[in-house]
Amino acid sequence: MTAVTNRPSLARRRSRIAGREGVAGWLFTAPMIVILGLFLVIPVGMALWVSFSDWTGRGSPFSGSVGFVGADNYNTLLSGGGLAERDFGISLRNNGWYVLLVVPLQTALSLFLAVLVNRAVLKGRGFFRTAFYFPSVTSSVAITVLWLFLFGATGAVNKVLSYFGVNGPNWFQDPSGIVHNLLGAVGITTGPAILTENTALGVSLWDWLAGPSVAMSAFVLMAVFTTSGTFMLLFIAALQNLSGETQEAAMMDGANGWQRFWRITLPQLKPTLFTVLTLGIIGTWQIFDQIYTGTQGGPGKTTVTPAYLSYTSAFNNQQWGQGSAIAFILFVIIVVLTLLQRFVLRDRAVSKRRLRAYGIAVKGMER
Amino acid sequence: MTAATTSSRRAGGPRPGAALAAKSLLYALLIAIAVVYIFPFLINVATSFKTDADAASDPLALLPQTITTAAYERLFLNSDFPVWFKNSFIVTIFVTAGRVFFDSLAGYALARLRYRGRNVVFAALIAVMAVPNVVLLIPKFLVINQLGMYDSYAGMIIPLLADAAGIFIMKNFFESIPASVEEQAKIDGAGVFRTFWSIVLPMARPALITIIILSFQGSWNELSHFIISTQSPDLTTLTKGVASLASGQLSQGSQYPLKLAAAAIMTVPVAVVFFIFQRRILNASDGAVKE
Repeated sequence: MTAVTNRPSLARRRSRIAGREGVAGWLFTAPMIVILGLFLVIPVGMALWVSFSDWTGRGSPFSGSVGFVGADNYNTLLSGGGLAERDFGISLRNNGWYVLLVVPLQTALSLFLAVLVNRAVLKGRGFFRTAFYFPSVTSSVAITVLWLFLFGATGAVNKVLSYFGVNGPNWFQDPSGIVHNLLGAVGITTGPAILTENTALGVSLWDWLAGPSVAMSAFVLMAVFTTSGTFMLLFIAALQNLSGETQEAAMMDGANGWQRFWRITLPQLKPTLFTVLTLGIIGTWQIFDQIYTGTQGGPGKTTVTPAYLSYTSAFNNQQWGQGSAIAFILFVIIVVLTLLQRFVLRDRAVSKRRLRAYGIAVKGMER
Repeated sequence: MTAATTSSRRAGGPRPGAALAAKSLLYALLIAIAVVYIFPFLINVATSFKTDADAASDPLALLPQTITTAAYERLFLNSDFPVWFKNSFIVTIFVTAGRVFFDSLAGYALARLRYRGRNVVFAALIAVMAVPNVVLLIPKFLVINQLGMYDSYAGMIIPLLADAAGIFIMKNFFESIPASVEEQAKIDGAGVFRTFWSIVLPMARPALITIIILSFQGSWNELSHFIISTQSPDLTTLTKGVASLASGQLSQGSQYPLKLAAAAIMTVPVAVVFFIFQRRILNASDGAVKE
């Protein structure tokens, strides 16, 4: 810009081009601004208003008959003491366990697959990548239908289990929590009073610790099955961007495969690990299609998730304010968890200095 | 173990036997995992050709006792399945075409055109990308309803016409094209749109194919948006229709062959696209991020 002021004629030409580009720039981005504005930004504003209102779904939410009720909808959910609070608590419990199991499993499995498939000497790499990725492209509805069959009472999974002498459960009909079941196996069937007598969001602490129900566990397996391929691709891309030099240096220094993986590869994969964990958290808190298609929240409400509860509250029960409030609480949960994770895994990108430090560490390890 | 010792004798290098054993183990492991990933889909197809009784009594068998196409006949001749398929097809075509055009327009402007407010637009785009889709179910319904687009193709298609992730991919791609290419065109007097349309866009083929694949997959597999934007049976898409099948509509008892036939047919178009563009999908890290 400073150079431009020295040469007025050029500046004029530039500004003419810039003017033309300015119009074009806005014209080019106009469709996107209109579509995203109309169907993403304005809706959020409208729903925020609805979550503070007593709109019942009839007429416009902005008509005079719709009243502002303050934080009532939020209070009903968070401290109302009624069914709404309890359902919301249960949905958080269900989805919380789902996230807690799916995110580490899918991350570990996809990294494991990427490392296996990424070997240069491996024959049939394309085949294995295709096999692992294919579940990711199919629709969640089709996979859910398949899962309902595989995990049915007399389905394929139980048939396989029977070969090992295991009598499989009726997966999608079984509301019992797996942590409670494990405790039950060692004879613990009721928790200590401190857990059973205290409640959070209308659900006793003992029930918070029930673990995912058997039905939810089948969804956990499904999520790991369908997402590991996508994340595998991210890890493969990252692995291929790593320079071989550090690896070679470590190999020369006698670090074994395991040491090289933990001390050299994994630290360098940190940015990708961060991406995968973030996408994992965001995705798992939004589970909806599978529940809608598969169990509709049953058995015994153990597969109700906040996203599904938000949908049914609004569209089935006409509790629009409550439904919107659940959506916004869910939004906050996702944002907070993402930020928290960003803080824990602060992006200490592997600097040259650190790389050198790793090199030294590997050298030192050998002796 | 025997294989390992014989080979070590043959090769005579430093522990090549162990290397061979490790290699066999790796392949065995990979094949075992691949079977776990592929088998469910084989069961899916096999079961769709079984009778109800056969499906229940022998869920693992890949060969039906008697091969029957009853499930497919029922779907095509005796249900709304063809309507669902048609609707999914219409929506997917329009959404894919629209996204390719609008995403590349916006991506080009954000990457190359200097205009006041560009940074604000880009920042807003990033912010919008962070809003989780499921949170938008109720809000989107409210707007679609207010605009009078509820229960129409417009309501199904228009909100999906631009997506932030696609714009992002296009922007990144256009930034990687050397600016000298367009300068030449500008000196020759081509307008901005002409430069974009006949010079830059043809160069962007790899990125455009990525957008096509992602949009096709995304809109074909979309469920929640159609749940909240339509009600009429005439506008039911495959995802919505098959979901209603799964929860027991149209059927007495489990009727797994019927449901799995529907799931199999629904998977065919995305599978075809996947196998055609396989190399690109599996290699491009850009295209790997699904939403």
